[in-house]
Amino acid sequence: MDLYTDGDPIADTRAPDGPIETRWERHRFEMKLVNPANRRKLTVIVVGTGLAGGSAAATLAEQGYQVKSYCYQDSPRRAHSIAAQGGINAAKNYRNDGDSVHRLFYDTVKGGDFRSRESNVHRLAEVSVNIIDQCVAQGVPFAREYGGLLDTRSFGGAQVQRTFYARGQTGQQLLLGAYQALERQIGLGNVEMNARHEMLELVVVDGRARGIVVRDLVTGEISTEMADAVVLASGGYGNVFYLSTNAKGCNVTASWRAHRKGAYFANPCYTQIHPTCIPVSGDHQSKLTLMSESLRNDGRVWVPKAKGDQRSPRDIPEDERDYYLERIYPSFGNLVPRDIASRAAKNVCDEGRGVGPGGLGVYLDFADAINRLGRKAIEAKYGNLFEMYERITGEDPYEVPMRIYPAVHYTMGGLWVDYDLQSTIPGLFVIGEANFSDHGANRLGASALMQGLADGYFVLPNTVANYLAGAGAFEKIDASHPEAVAARTAVEQRIQQLLAINGDRTVDSFHRELGQIMWEHCGMERSEAGLRKAIDEIRTLRDEFWQRVRVLGDGEGLNQSLEKAGRVADFFELAELMCIDALHREESCGGHFRAEHQTPDGEAQRDDDRFAYVAAWEYTGDQPVLHKEDLTFEYVHPTQRSYK
Amino acid sequence: MNLTLRIWRQRGPQDKGRMVTYPIQDVSPDMSFLEMLDVLNERLILSGEEPVAFDHDCREGICGMCSLMINGEAHGPQRGTTACQLHMRQFSDGDTIDIEPWRARAFPVVKDLVVNRNAFDKIIAAGGYITAPTGSAPEAHSVPVAKNNADAAFESAACIGCGACVAACPNGSGMLFTAAKITQLSLLPQGQPERYTRVIGMVDAHDEAGFGGCTNIGECAAACPKGIPLNTIGRLNRDYLKATAKRAGTPGS
Repeated sequence: MDLYTDGDPIADTRAPDGPIETRWERHRFEMKLVNPANRRKLTVIVVGTGLAGGSAAATLAEQGYQVKSYCYQDSPRRAHSIAAQGGINAAKNYRNDGDSVHRLFYDTVKGGDFRSRESNVHRLAEVSVNIIDQCVAQGVPFAREYGGLLDTRSFGGAQVQRTFYARGQTGQQLLLGAYQALERQIGLGNVEMNARHEMLELVVVDGRARGIVVRDLVTGEISTEMADAVVLASGGYGNVFYLSTNAKGCNVTASWRAHRKGAYFANPCYTQIHPTCIPVSGDHQSKLTLMSESLRNDGRVWVPKAKGDQRSPRDIPEDERDYYLERIYPSFGNLVPRDIASRAAKNVCDEGRGVGPGGLGVYLDFADAINRLGRKAIEAKYGNLFEMYERITGEDPYEVPMRIYPAVHYTMGGLWVDYDLQSTIPGLFVIGEANFSDHGANRLGASALMQGLADGYFVLPNTVANYLAGAGAFEKIDASHPEAVAARTAVEQRIQQLLAINGDRTVDSFHRELGQIMWEHCGMERSEAGLRKAIDEIRTLRDEFWQRVRVLGDGEGLNQSLEKAGRVADFFELAELMCIDALHREESCGGHFRAEHQTPDGEAQRDDDRFAYVAAWEYTGDQPVLHKEDLTFEYVHPTQRSYK
Repeated sequence: MNLTLRIWRQRGPQDKGRMVTYPIQDVSPDMSFLEMLDVLNERLILSGEEPVAFDHDCREGICGMCSLMINGEAHGPQRGTTACQLHMRQFSDGDTIDIEPWRARAFPVVKDLVVNRNAFDKIIAAGGYITAPTGSAPEAHSVPVAKNNADAAFESAACIGCGACVAACPNGSGMLFTAAKITQLSLLPQGQPERYTRVIGMVDAHDEAGFGGCTNIGECAAACPKGIPLNTIGRLNRDYLKATAKRAGTPGS
């Protein structure tokens, strides 16, 4: 193809071998340790304070390292992990329903459509049980049974009840647990917290990550912060679509700046479109709101059988409704994985059977559950979600079915990391949603919280120690090092450039237009023609951005337009790489559905012979270079996923 | 609908600040309050005027970042609703709407509608946690927690740290915020060992940060978008009293 060049294959040289159950334990033993007295001489920067970054910063500080933590929000407690609703998976098997570490491992590899690494996923399943113990000890108020023991519920893509939850606010409660552990370390002087700071560049010295350039969003001051290792926990890039369930501030800048400095970006096209979000209400829409997938436990998804049926949902008799998930997927029903549920919703809407404004919605109906369990039981389980729905739409979901439609929610792709969560730049570690590692082409519900905390609490603290102990002596360098000065100068010039354009279009108008291109051509269904068109359109729009964007004010103080402009500029570059990745992957898998590659009944058609690899992209400034990491499956043999 | 907005504009901490009037047309009732401000800002930018700075992030009522005083009410007129979840259908054509930042000594204004709430983090750092270093936890089921205690702990833990309680309080007190965390942790068996040192540490940090004292007015609970009950402050006061009695005491007292 004309858009990229092929490079050498890449291998995960840290990947352990031997029986899969013993790999992590043996690897942990083989890793080097840092003497407690030496830890306080070592500094680690952690960018982002969500579940991954917050838990990592707290844990590293507990172990004795000097930690510098950064977030763009006004407090570390506000990272977007806080918005996760449904729950967190763990292989505790408290239900005695056949769950085990191996089953969680199996479900996650299968759910990811065989595009993740077995070793990583198994480790994730192993530490899942420790996460629950850790969070309970911190005082996370999980839902409990009358006997005082923890309650669990089921979630998409699994037939066991392994999801722990705290009403519809599990992410909030887990994040506050990590935040409180972090605040404790801040209070003890072990973490230097820098809220309202944004990372704008990575400093690489002698091939190793040694610092970052940050902007104080309140004073506008640019500073260079040095360290012995840098951890990015800066989240996903769903906001490239403008409309997504991400918080407004979520961005790819930290990851993208690292990518431009040499960190490979893996599988950027793997995007999760969540099936249960509140539909768009108009052009003013600034973001989309998720309704937790847990609602699919009790809600039944349907559309009218007839096209263009305008009747009120309550007037449509039972036999004129199509409960299409239950019809097509009888064994998983409404609990099929997210990618499948989203595409099925798109299909029925494309057939003209969608409901609500513009026909872009399907019903999620709780009438049966309310009849069976009573309104009180439904209130107890989902009360806050129902209230949120009513506030946004003005409709009462106890009386009329919810209207839902898919929306961009999570990005499985991210910076490439090895088994130690280290990127292709030594000393640069990437955790949580910002890396690509554990979910393959599709993430199962309640697995993001699990991965963020697994990385931050239990994996990274070990692997960073191994790096720090084994990397040899660290030359003491400060912000006057030529590489650091160059990085800082680049940041200052870019800010001046954005301020100097003074054109006639707002940042948001560009972002919205970019989002439309991406949703149209790189969303739920992709095709070669559409992706090629998108790449052309993105390039044209990006040129226009650099000529016509208007950013008022200066760089000397709080300037929210300037913040947005920098983020959107990086989204333009990422968007193009996403389309190239989607174009080169001539198969359908998980969240990546190519129109040209589907089975006769419309399911995703993988091509394991050609595409059972991780696509790791190298930045060159011109055409990106593709490095392939082959995936091998010893324990879970690739089959076509079937939830029928 | 057409509205008149009167918005607090303040260039920075040193600026005195003033209310500025902006008419706005064609507001859809389906817009959120913040989307209405987005529309205003787009128009301001195109007319060469700096947009209004305001804090927001998740826009689904959970991150606690948005912080607007709307017609003198923290988060506006709808009960149990953050400003980001407030929709314009709550207003009528022709309304004049005043929009101001949180006003409290402990929350200095940064710019326009943006304030600094770092004082809340300091309260948490002074004891709003259970000490449980990573890896030290016992098996989760080793300590059962009665469901009513777990549920009540959750109710208090639902606090989003937005600061509406402080903005609504005539004394600028942060007691509801502090009491919510105290209540959550003191209802759980895991929170007992640090129960009394926690309450003293947090209350001291609260006072040092410049928050006012609580005089049981109750505006905080009325303004709270998450319904944190006022009786959490009673619980805090009981624990505080016991803690001061124990301060000189011996272990086990």
